[in-house]
Amino acid sequence: MENQYAIEMLGITKRFPGIIANDNITLQLKKGEIHALLGENGAGKSTLMSVLFGLYQPEAGVIKKDGQEVAIRNPNDATALGIGMVHQHFKLVECFTVLDNIIMGVEPNRFGFLQKKEARRKVKELSERYGLHVDPDAKIEDITVGMQQRTEILKMLYRDNEILIFDEPTAVLTPQEIDELMQIMRNLAAEGKSILFISHKLAEIMAVADRCSVLRKGKYIGTVETKNTTMEELSAMMVGRNVNFHVEKVEKTPGDVVLKVENMTVASRVHKNNAVRGVSFEVRAGEIVCIAGIDGNGQTELVYGLTGLEPVTEGKVTLKGTDITKAPIRSRNTMGMSHIPEDRHKHGLVLDYTLEDNIVLQRYFEPEFTRGGFLRRKNIRGYAERLIEQYDVRSGQGAVTSARSMSGGNQQKAIVAREIDRDPELLIAVQPTRGLDVGAIEYIHRQIVAERDAGKAVLLVSLEMDEVMDVSDRILVMYEGEIVGQLDPRTTTAEEMGLYMAGAKREEM
Amino acid sequence: MAAKKRTPILRIPAVQTLLASLVCILLGLVVGYIALLLINPAGAWEAITDIVKNFWTYSNSRAQMKYLGNTLVKAAPLLMCSLSVLFAYKVGLFNIGAAGQYVAGAGAGLYCALALGLPWWVCMIAAALAGALLGCLSGMLKAYRNVNEVISGIMLNWIALYTINSLLNVVKDTASPYTVVLSKTNPSAVIPSMGLGALFTNNKYVTIAIPLAIIIAVAIWVLLEKTKLGYELKATGLNRNAARYCGMREKYNTILTMGIAGALAGLGAAMFFLSGFEEWSVTQSSVPAMGFNGIAAAFLGGLNPIGAIFSSFFIQHITNGGAYVDMKMYSSQISDFISSVIIYLCGFVLFFKYCLNRWLNHRDEAALRKEGDK
Ligand SMILES: Nc1ncnc2c1ncn2[C@@H]1O[C@H](COP(=O)(O)OP(=O)(O)OP(=O)(O)O)[C@@H](O)[C@H]1O
Ligand SMILES: [Mg+2]
Repeated sequence: MENQYAIEMLGITKRFPGIIANDNITLQLKKGEIHALLGENGAGKSTLMSVLFGLYQPEAGVIKKDGQEVAIRNPNDATALGIGMVHQHFKLVECFTVLDNIIMGVEPNRFGFLQKKEARRKVKELSERYGLHVDPDAKIEDITVGMQQRTEILKMLYRDNEILIFDEPTAVLTPQEIDELMQIMRNLAAEGKSILFISHKLAEIMAVADRCSVLRKGKYIGTVETKNTTMEELSAMMVGRNVNFHVEKVEKTPGDVVLKVENMTVASRVHKNNAVRGVSFEVRAGEIVCIAGIDGNGQTELVYGLTGLEPVTEGKVTLKGTDITKAPIRSRNTMGMSHIPEDRHKHGLVLDYTLEDNIVLQRYFEPEFTRGGFLRRKNIRGYAERLIEQYDVRSGQGAVTSARSMSGGNQQKAIVAREIDRDPELLIAVQPTRGLDVGAIEYIHRQIVAERDAGKAVLLVSLEMDEVMDVSDRILVMYEGEIVGQLDPRTTTAEEMGLYMAGAKREEM
Repeated sequence: MAAKKRTPILRIPAVQTLLASLVCILLGLVVGYIALLLINPAGAWEAITDIVKNFWTYSNSRAQMKYLGNTLVKAAPLLMCSLSVLFAYKVGLFNIGAAGQYVAGAGAGLYCALALGLPWWVCMIAAALAGALLGCLSGMLKAYRNVNEVISGIMLNWIALYTINSLLNVVKDTASPYTVVLSKTNPSAVIPSMGLGALFTNNKYVTIAIPLAIIIAVAIWVLLEKTKLGYELKATGLNRNAARYCGMREKYNTILTMGIAGALAGLGAAMFFLSGFEEWSVTQSSVPAMGFNGIAAAFLGGLNPIGAIFSSFFIQHITNGGAYVDMKMYSSQISDFISSVIIYLCGFVLFFKYCLNRWLNHRDEAALRKEGDK
């Protein structure tokens, strides 16, 4: 009988200091199927995929391709076997262009001279075929996270891989892009490619996957056919309890203005024009204002302008009555501005610091943590342990774990814990639940609503329709650097919002 | 949570650094020995043992102590230079300008001592400030104009050398290219010995500079590991964007770091020249090697201030030992050559540490796999 599995991972065990990341896990990927992998943050999904891609060597277990046992000692072995991977945190060379990154390692050449024209043609064709819009000549450090993601996908497609691993590819895409990606994945599967797909979004799994395997705390729980299951069942399998998908929230009348933005303009780093153009809005105490929009319409720069990471070229920003347009970042932070940044590795964490040192990143200078110029290690440890406990940040070695070794979702939880626990007057949260599992999302959303109920102002930037609709009190849609509409989540529909986001509709503000 | 297991000895970072350093030293000696064999096999073994022995070549203990003192006199400034390099390195900066900052320190210190007749401690402060000034210059170029500190450092090395040469021309001896003798011109500018010299068979060059350098090494360790400033500076070095995000002044920190690094190197120069051990030659046309050797000492010491104390001593020991090689068998450059080979290989500490870790991982995996098979 012909073997029906493209890849089989049998009895895989992988340990890290203080934790068994994969404990005797079995995963079978059928040819031409889309197989989802589901599990809480830190359950071991990325680790398992890294084993398949040759980044880690398992302590026990075998990997079979087409029924034959294979040894995958490094990513080159994996590539030779036609296995490609898009990592949760991208592996791109920051100072290279998109095109250079795509062809890196497989550069087309004639007599040792680069043949970029050929490569450019292929990349262009692929990106058109799959609707993955990228600028091949832009440098990675200058493009948005979304575009970096698309570069990673193109990288895999460029190599004609037949087994494709997507580690949380949709976390950074817009709803439209996700739909497109789903279609791409279906097409790829129809062409006979086999796809492993990690996502925390159950709806996506239900929509695109044929089967779904669930991991919990490093252990294999089971595999189900998506057509025979429900989202509730999946989430119960994953976290061991029922999850409430809807955010509970009582009506509240907003109080005083906390953040006032008048005519703010922020220059773009990438292009010569302005990324934010004369934007004005207010956020009041006790309300959650959400900036919605398709990635790359100036949301990133808007937040940079508010938080001081980029200079504001025109206009005025006021926080609780004080002009902060030109204030240094530290004084914004001490005045009560908290910021959950879009890119957790670029801004949010010092990856080579321990978890506890990252947790006090915004507070290390306070008397509680510093006396006479010396760090008060005991207080830092105590504080970090309280937050780790409260926010359920999971890691191998607790407070002293290196942030780099933590799973993506747990890194995010650490940042969210740090920023919310500062009890800010204004919380600026950019994609706060990116990469979190459903249980953690439920918890974070509750925390954000609790901040609002305690009379704090929240500015939420999100690309996710559900989050925008569920959490916010007021929606502002950004399109090409301007706010083109204000919507009420109770009365608007996803379709209407989509029209604003696509620039098809706008109201004069 | 799983029960806490003791880390195996080989996994402790300090042990790893020590092992890796020893491997480097051994390798350096082997390569040096092979080179000597190629040049003149007859005297090779003797030459290499002379280098390693240094002051132990003397049979009487009084002479041994005296020459140990000489090694220490030069090890102190080397330690300061290696501190300068490793401090900047922890903040993500490569301070190749330590050599120039050392020159600036020497110039300022000697000028204050010989031309202005100031006491030793004022001269030392002046030296530290001069080094700091040069360091800040590199730091400012880096912070505000994004000029790589290696480039600006190398250029400033030469600028410093020729500026100091012309500055010290005014206190030059009439008959030689050297500056006038310190202990004769201004005895108050000689760093006091406080009885330390007596311990080393009345070696008058052994001064409180030596314990001072060790104290400063410990202070740098405390600064990096225990203080708020150290936390900030390291964060800036590891991730500039995150440092900016949480409101650290990353430009200011860059300048401050280079300033401190410069002060360390400058002070090191004062520790050496204000002991009166050597005079400055105003005709020298190459930057003194002290600053560059500081780079090797920093890496050999595993980029740890405490490790640097030992590595600086070792490197100086080898360098001084080179002087005992038989000049009849080898050309006079051989001692410098051998010590440079060893110093060069000292830079591979991090590489050997990496190899060691890989080997350990492989071993552990193999052991676990065996367990799994059962
Ligand atoms: N290189 C490493 N060194 C030490 N521990 C690690 C390393 N990589 C992962 N871990 C630990 O292994 C566990 C599983 O991590 P993994 O990244 O596989 O989780 P995940 O299921 O992908 O989670 P997420 O949904 O948050 O991405 C985590 O507790 C993490 O701390
Ligand atoms: Mg993961």
